[in-house]
Amino acid sequence: MSDGFLSAGTGAVPVLKLGDVLLVTLPGDLHDGLAEQLQQDIGEAIVRHRVGGVVIDISGVEIVDSFLGRVLAEIAAGARLLAARTVVAGMRPAVALTLVELGLTLPGLRTALSAGAAVELLGGPDVVRPADRRRGDG
Amino acid sequence: MSGTAARVDARLPIRSDRDLVWLRQHVRQAAALLGFSLVEQTKLVTAASELARNTLVHGGGGELRVEQVTEGAAQGLRLTFSDQGPGIADLEQALRDGFTSGEGLGMGLGGARRLVHAFSIDSTPGVGTVVTVTSWAARPPRPREGRS
Ligand SMILES: Nc1ncnc2c1ncn2[C@@H]1O[C@H](COP(=O)(O)OP(=O)(O)O)[C@@H](O)[C@H]1O
Ligand SMILES: [Mg+2]
Repeated sequence: MSDGFLSAGTGAVPVLKLGDVLLVTLPGDLHDGLAEQLQQDIGEAIVRHRVGGVVIDISGVEIVDSFLGRVLAEIAAGARLLAARTVVAGMRPAVALTLVELGLTLPGLRTALSAGAAVELLGGPDVVRPADRRRGDG
Repeated sequence: MSGTAARVDARLPIRSDRDLVWLRQHVRQAAALLGFSLVEQTKLVTAASELARNTLVHGGGGELRVEQVTEGAAQGLRLTFSDQGPGIADLEQALRDGFTSGEGLGMGLGGARRLVHAFSIDSTPGVGTVVTVTSWAARPPRPREGRS
């Protein structure tokens, strides 16, 4: 399976395959329907492309409310059932502060400061062997 | 300030999830215009997003009224969300973190209350719900040249 854009045509959210990892970059403000569509698209893409990791880059996202927070948590929970790990990358400091005050600390979500750090956390784009993935777990 | 008010004050419909996108943009621009810091803007827009989604999902749609408020040198933004939906019978329960009558996380009302400076809710079963929030910019807006 070669690398590249997977679903640039189906929605406004580009999904990029980088080796063993799906890289999803969220736009600054996405409407609820699109967020739910994305949840479905990512699950299907994990299975179709047999990736072991999903990186959701939210560095462009201006706010995370309880709806988007729930969608992110459900994407991670769904991916886990499909044997893939999810890392949410690049949350803005103002968004993080606001989430804490809102009361959403999203304990099930792994985070990284940037998409690059997230890919590294997942074992790098070139590591495709499941055995390596398991070892890096934890 | 009348020039600012013309760009801040508005009545916005809340009928679809696309209306929520537009509403968040308006509230952010209005807050920025009044001198809200980035964190203050983010808190207010997040609260607005929670309350507008409640208006849409639980209240069956309604509208948001945005008003500039001034107290001395302080600039604030008042947001009033209203709907003619089923109303809320038990307000204390609705405000409790984690309570939802639907599929949400139940963090919207309580969370929004924490994110703003003033919060009030007026709801009558069978008549509708009005939620009003106000937040203030910590500093007065600076003139454009005056960046430091
Ligand atoms: N505008 C409204 N009209 C009717 N009921 C409402 C409204 N806003 C909130 N509620 C009630 O309060 C509950 C809690 O709201 P919230 O904290 O935002 O959680 P959630 O929206 O996730 O259910 C809702 O589940 C609903 O029962
Ligand atoms: Mg809600």
